[in-house]
Amino acid sequence: MSRAVEQSNRRLLRARDTMDRTYAQPLDVPMLARIAHVSEAHFIRTFRATFGETPHRYLQRRRVERAMFLLRESDRSVTEICVDVGFTSLGTFSRTFREVVGESPTEYRRNGHLGAAPTCFTKAWTRPSSFG
Amino acid sequence: MLNSITQSQIFVLDQDEALDFYVGKLGLEVNTDQDLGFMRWLTVNVPGQPDRQILLELPGPPAMDEATAELVRELLTKGAMGGWLCISTDDAQKTYDTLRARGVELTEEPTQRPYGIDFGLRDPFGNAIRIGQLR
Repeated sequence: MSRAVEQSNRRLLRARDTMDRTYAQPLDVPMLARIAHVSEAHFIRTFRATFGETPHRYLQRRRVERAMFLLRESDRSVTEICVDVGFTSLGTFSRTFREVVGESPTEYRRNGHLGAAPTCFTKAWTRPSSFG
Repeated sequence: MLNSITQSQIFVLDQDEALDFYVGKLGLEVNTDQDLGFMRWLTVNVPGQPDRQILLELPGPPAMDEATAELVRELLTKGAMGGWLCISTDDAQKTYDTLRARGVELTEEPTQRPYGIDFGLRDPFGNAIRIGQLR
């Protein structure tokens, strides 16, 4: 029994890692379900049971975290960043960003400064924690 | 006072599979592989650095009860156990290509950072590893 849980977890982690890597692309549930070795119908439910949120929400938080990074570290415009991180509509990006971060992308850019830590920790710990 | 970190530990699900990965694929070397009777003491180190060992430990009884071990294994496989290694290299891109050819599960491509170039991977169990060409 526990072996099955472990294998399922590990495969879902592989799918989640894939989302982290391909965050700028549209959410591809069929591909992720293949990586996780579950049916498309099962994928969202199993992912949520394992990680506590839907794949969609996880991806949104990854994208917002990337947008926060680019707002801090680059000179790219808000519109460019919106596209860079995988949003197709500036309206959705701005609304989502404000919902999650509590301020607009432009306000965040003005205020955002961070100390240094290895990237994977920054990625995990600057990911906004709740959503909508 | 204190001098250095000499040994640290991460959990693995299978020590043979761990050897295959950490030695066969990552290129670490076995420091100690000894059956102590009550446990298999298995440590590896970066070649040439025997003073800094990593213990590849199997969770389970009698060190912890089976129910607890099951929790550890569940956390490990969902990437939440916290076992984490950061290893340096002279050439991140070359190491990345080598590991890719060996079928390692790479999670992030070599990327320029303020502190150097680094990339990410997972071991077969869920532990996160970062390899960096540091400035």
